[in-house]
Amino acid sequence: MIPKLEVRNLNYSYHTMDGETTALSDISFSVKSGEFIAVVGPSGCGKSTLLSLICGLFKPDSGTILLDGRPVRRASSGIGYMLQKDHLFEWRTIRSNASLGLEIRKKMDDLHKSRVAGLLETYGLEPFSGARPSQLSGGMRQRAALIRTLALEPDLLLLDEPFSALDYQTRLAVCDDISTIIRDRKKTAVLITHDLSEAVSVADRVLVLTGRPGHVGAELTVSFASGETSPLKRRNEPEFSTYFNEIWRLLQRGAEHLPDPKGNYAEVLHEN
Amino acid sequence: MKINETPAQREFVAGQRRRKRAVLACRILLLAAVLTIWEVCAGLGIINDFIFSSPSRIIRCFYTMLLDGSIFLHTGVTVLETLVSFFLVVTIGILGAILLWSSRTLSEIMDPYLVMLNSLPKSALAPILIVWLGNNMRTIVVAAVSVAVFGSILTLHNGFRSVDPDQIRLIYSLGGNRADVLKKVLLPGSVPLIISNMKVNIGLCLVGVIIGEFLSAQAGLGYLIIYGSQVFKLDLVMMSIVILCGLSAFLYQAIAVLERKVQGTE
Ligand SMILES: Nc1ncnc2c1ncn2[C@@H]1O[C@H](COP(=O)(O)OP(=O)(O)OP(=O)(O)O)[C@@H](O)[C@H]1O
Ligand SMILES: [Mg+2]
Repeated sequence: MIPKLEVRNLNYSYHTMDGETTALSDISFSVKSGEFIAVVGPSGCGKSTLLSLICGLFKPDSGTILLDGRPVRRASSGIGYMLQKDHLFEWRTIRSNASLGLEIRKKMDDLHKSRVAGLLETYGLEPFSGARPSQLSGGMRQRAALIRTLALEPDLLLLDEPFSALDYQTRLAVCDDISTIIRDRKKTAVLITHDLSEAVSVADRVLVLTGRPGHVGAELTVSFASGETSPLKRRNEPEFSTYFNEIWRLLQRGAEHLPDPKGNYAEVLHEN
Repeated sequence: MKINETPAQREFVAGQRRRKRAVLACRILLLAAVLTIWEVCAGLGIINDFIFSSPSRIIRCFYTMLLDGSIFLHTGVTVLETLVSFFLVVTIGILGAILLWSSRTLSEIMDPYLVMLNSLPKSALAPILIVWLGNNMRTIVVAAVSVAVFGSILTLHNGFRSVDPDQIRLIYSLGGNRADVLKKVLLPGSVPLIISNMKVNIGLCLVGVIIGEFLSAQAGLGYLIIYGSQVFKLDLVMMSIVILCGLSAFLYQAIAVLERKVQGTE
């Protein structure tokens, strides 16, 4: 079966007058349809760059990115991108913020408008559809941003630390909320996060990137014996802390640049 | 008053209101005092009222011109010239900023020239404009536009450039192009900046119009000031200055009202 997303030998460097920064070096991984993967890695290792490349906003120096087996086009409508901040525009109502993508793609017909209305209804924002973003709580704003992304019906969602601007309590709730929505809609998702417990609680698989230049240091499949997918409940499962410690160890190892030629773990794909 | 207000809160609100009233009363008193002292000094001959004029002479002068209607002509001409140049400055300012934003190379090429033109004292241009464009209203409008337009372009372009790059990335990720960035983010996001820039521009346009009228005009408040000083009718000069004060305050307030309206809808 063709994977939903396949990234092969991807390289990318930034060029400025101060010099060249290699952000990503030889990244390869693939994501199955319906899979939820999390990407963790030290700050500045190129995680955001990776998403921009997948979304087609930047052109890779070398390597290929295949979506459903075909090379990605720039901002293909099959991909939805959620950024760290919700970036809801204060001069628009929630409804018109949620329809921004439709407006840009000139799809403001009745069918699509009623779909946005349906999404707002389903996710409890209908009473606020005429409100301004500043009148909503942080969690509701993230939902509105998710609806803006879902309105274009992408199969693949790219999430760049979408919860990191929220306080801890809200963050747990919103993470549970959003990832449940994504799973219910059977979307494929790539989530970037700094929070290891968040990675373990939402993902089917965790990619651990090494420090700059980013490189896939390890890949860890997360599976719970109970088959639990709700992030809040997963946190109480016995395997949770095992996975957490494992990712922590992999990250530390990457940070110290200690090569591990034997590869004690079956999940380790690429060695430094 | 809300029912569950504590006495302390009530006391605070009442205190603030008292202060506000006191400030207003002092403002009025100050104006009245200045006018009285001026009038009395002129009446007692402490100052020469032929040179320094006096409030009563100004009012008499205003009344005469009100009767023959000439005051409406002169004020009207100045207002018209100011509004025309203001609209030109706002339009050219926005279009210029969009043009500079649309090409980084162009903006880099133009930057030093715009900065230079902006800091050039525009009164230096006025005599040349008369030679080029003639002794008419067109010269005055061009002079007024030249005072405000360069600063306006620079300010708005700076505002466009300081928009959060992630907002622009959002538009691209939704499949938009540069025109969408302009329409969906830059222009709507810059409305507060455009309006605060308008507040500056309306004042600058008035300055430019008066400079222009000093040099080439057959009508307008600037013309009255120059004419009055040449024929030693200083009542006329003083009256024109008083009207200008009122006019600039009025125009500024009009934009402030617009600003509050826009903020109200957001
Ligand atoms: N526009 C740019 N020009 C030059 N260098 C850049 C640019 N954007 C990012 N970089 C560099 O590329 C590297 C990767 O950046 P990126 O934003 O992808 O990292 P990240 O993993 O998302 O970091 P964080 O965890 O802090 O969000 C960083 O070292 C950064 O300094
Ligand atoms: Mg990042």
